[in-house]
Amino acid sequence: MDRDESMIAVAQEPESTIALPGAEIVIRALKDQGVQHIFGYPGGAVLPIYDALFANEDLQHVLVRHEQGALHAAEGYARSTGRPGVVLVTSGPGATNAVTGLTDALMDSIPLVVLTGQVATHLIGNDAFQECDTVGITRPCTKHNWLVKDVNDLARVIHEAFQIATTGRPGPVVVDIPKDVQFKRGTYVPPNAVRHRTYKPKVEPDLSAVVKAVEMMAAAKRPVFYTGGGIINSGPEASRLLRELVRITGFPITSTLMGLGAYPASDPQWLGLVGMHGTYEANLAMHDCDLMICLGARFDDRVTGRIDAFSPHSKKIHLDIDASQINKNVRIDLPIVADAARTLKEMLLFWKTRKRKSDVAALADWWRAIEGWREKKSLSYRASTSVIKPQYAIDRLYEATRGREVYVTTEVGQHQMWAAQRFKFEAPNHWMTSGGLGTMGYGLPAAVGVQVAHPEALVIDIAGEASVQMTMQEMSTAVQYDLPIKIFILNNQYMGMVRQWQQLLHGGRYSHSYSQALPDFVKLADAFGCVGLRADKPEELDAKIAEMIGVRRPVLFDVRVDPTENCYPMIHSGAPHNEMVLSDADESEMSDEGKMLV
Amino acid sequence: MTMRSGPGIERHTLAVLVDNEAGVLARVIGLFSGRGYNIESLTVAEVDHAAHTSRITIVTSGTPEVIEQIEAQLKRVVPVHRVTNWTTGAPGIEREMALVKVAGTGDKRVEAMRISEIFRAHIVDTTHTSFVFEITGAPEKLDNFIDLMRPLGLVDVSRTGVAAISRGPEAM
Repeated sequence: MDRDESMIAVAQEPESTIALPGAEIVIRALKDQGVQHIFGYPGGAVLPIYDALFANEDLQHVLVRHEQGALHAAEGYARSTGRPGVVLVTSGPGATNAVTGLTDALMDSIPLVVLTGQVATHLIGNDAFQECDTVGITRPCTKHNWLVKDVNDLARVIHEAFQIATTGRPGPVVVDIPKDVQFKRGTYVPPNAVRHRTYKPKVEPDLSAVVKAVEMMAAAKRPVFYTGGGIINSGPEASRLLRELVRITGFPITSTLMGLGAYPASDPQWLGLVGMHGTYEANLAMHDCDLMICLGARFDDRVTGRIDAFSPHSKKIHLDIDASQINKNVRIDLPIVADAARTLKEMLLFWKTRKRKSDVAALADWWRAIEGWREKKSLSYRASTSVIKPQYAIDRLYEATRGREVYVTTEVGQHQMWAAQRFKFEAPNHWMTSGGLGTMGYGLPAAVGVQVAHPEALVIDIAGEASVQMTMQEMSTAVQYDLPIKIFILNNQYMGMVRQWQQLLHGGRYSHSYSQALPDFVKLADAFGCVGLRADKPEELDAKIAEMIGVRRPVLFDVRVDPTENCYPMIHSGAPHNEMVLSDADESEMSDEGKMLV
Repeated sequence: MTMRSGPGIERHTLAVLVDNEAGVLARVIGLFSGRGYNIESLTVAEVDHAAHTSRITIVTSGTPEVIEQIEAQLKRVVPVHRVTNWTTGAPGIEREMALVKVAGTGDKRVEAMRISEIFRAHIVDTTHTSFVFEITGAPEKLDNFIDLMRPLGLVDVSRTGVAAISRGPEAM
């Protein structure tokens, strides 16, 4: 078709079925999906799409420094807004660099739409330059993926991609687009013209199961709510309804790492984080309860500890939007497969209309037991006036930012656990961390994504000096887009969690966990064009934190902390919840079976 | 494709109706290998050309908990329409076809032919020194036939894997 003929074709077609080049179809589809920001990196196989972006003013493109950074930025963007994160990368290395972020998003149920360029269709399978089998490589680390070989399928596939990424249990998707498809003209269809043949996630709860759940709750003597990221993913309404249900029942509540913020940490019914580094009261309540009400969590091994000793005397209710999570690790007495907000709404309705009451006397005894566990003060640590304890640094950061609109991201390791234990989150979508995959290097680019979505908010990456070096290059992105992210590095010179495990499980043989050469983070900040700060003594900390918050520029803050502090409390791998270790003094020899677990 | 046995291990036949799109078989097989599930046999072919649907029949083994997980994980795969378990659900009929090559002369050859008649196998190729038998039936019947042929000069076996369908008027 030459140019004149195509113009005639366009003129004759109705608006909704206009013929456009593939690259324009991509842009149009993204706009129709309400996309405002794209995180990406150009390359040969996506040049036509970048060309279409060049003249576009509706879509803001954020140029990262490495594709992994684009994925984590998109994750931070998605988790802090509830909207999908969108990524555009090239073929080959662009796609393979995206794999860590895709896996991270799959494990933590983060909606991402990742567009990858591919070599032209006639070159596929030819070992062409920058060719890789993107759909093959990303099949196990996406919720779904597509290779679009016909430009007439492109708009439909992109709309399906958004639907699948954002509905049901959210997750990442990949649309692989060969370069010739980006040039060819095809028919555009709008989002409302697309309906998937097989994909129909179940969101409405079975009401008879909800009624049973309410009756079990009314009869419970030692109940506990165990909530997770499913509440966050369901949207702010789920968090609101959860708060109402917890208040109306008077039950204690704990949460997984991914669920922090769904329930306010300042509330007396909040027991704190559950699991390996959770509080004593949360884990003992899980172990001794007679009814566990799991809402949007998945009985992950970091939560359950030794599975055959997990909460041995309880009935378990499990609400999850993904049926495959039911009975996966733990036998469930009452499953409810549905969306969290819709189910919580029905639970509250039945509780109120049936005039159900908690067993007040039993609950009073239960709370007395919990208060006894609380008195252990499992998050306490030995204070110091000479060195900065990492726990102290997080406490001071929390105090300095209280009452502000603050978003916290983390890297992975000790600092992440200390942040989860000590930073009190009051609202959902304000805590971004790599839970399932445990990706070091997540926090800095995630902070970039959060700041893009919330330009006026205070965005802090609570980091470790080892993790943050994995994606340090994204400071350059923060500087380019004037994103005043704060990188709060708890610098102990070790891969702290690795060092802790080596101390406790491997006889203190610190094999390759000490960084003998570290950059001067203050000079590094200067080189990037951002602000560098350093604190060595506890008394310097408050003023430096105030300076970090006060300056409207990206900051790298090197907080020199006690190099050998361990993260407690801790349940060792292979141990049950009621065998928590509260400090170094409690440590004993671990079984070989336990050592084999990670 | 190894047989697993042991306490609590059960053999189950699953039928999976899928959209016949590129990569769908890789998704299903990748699910099994990625999560450490077992495939004893696998059969796949398009069953409705107009609707672009294919049917995958998988014979797998595991504890009841593992089988429950397999079914739930299969239902999560986006292009999957339906998953039916012919072992725990409605009783189904299972059939498999095998081509079995036996080489030999004299008494062994006569004995192979005699047994093939008992099993209602057909001879689809013959030379003076070999037969190719075609045999259809439940997988256990094929196992028995192949075992009997082993001392009689068995040289090659090609099996289709199981096809399964429910009894009565209902679809899967």
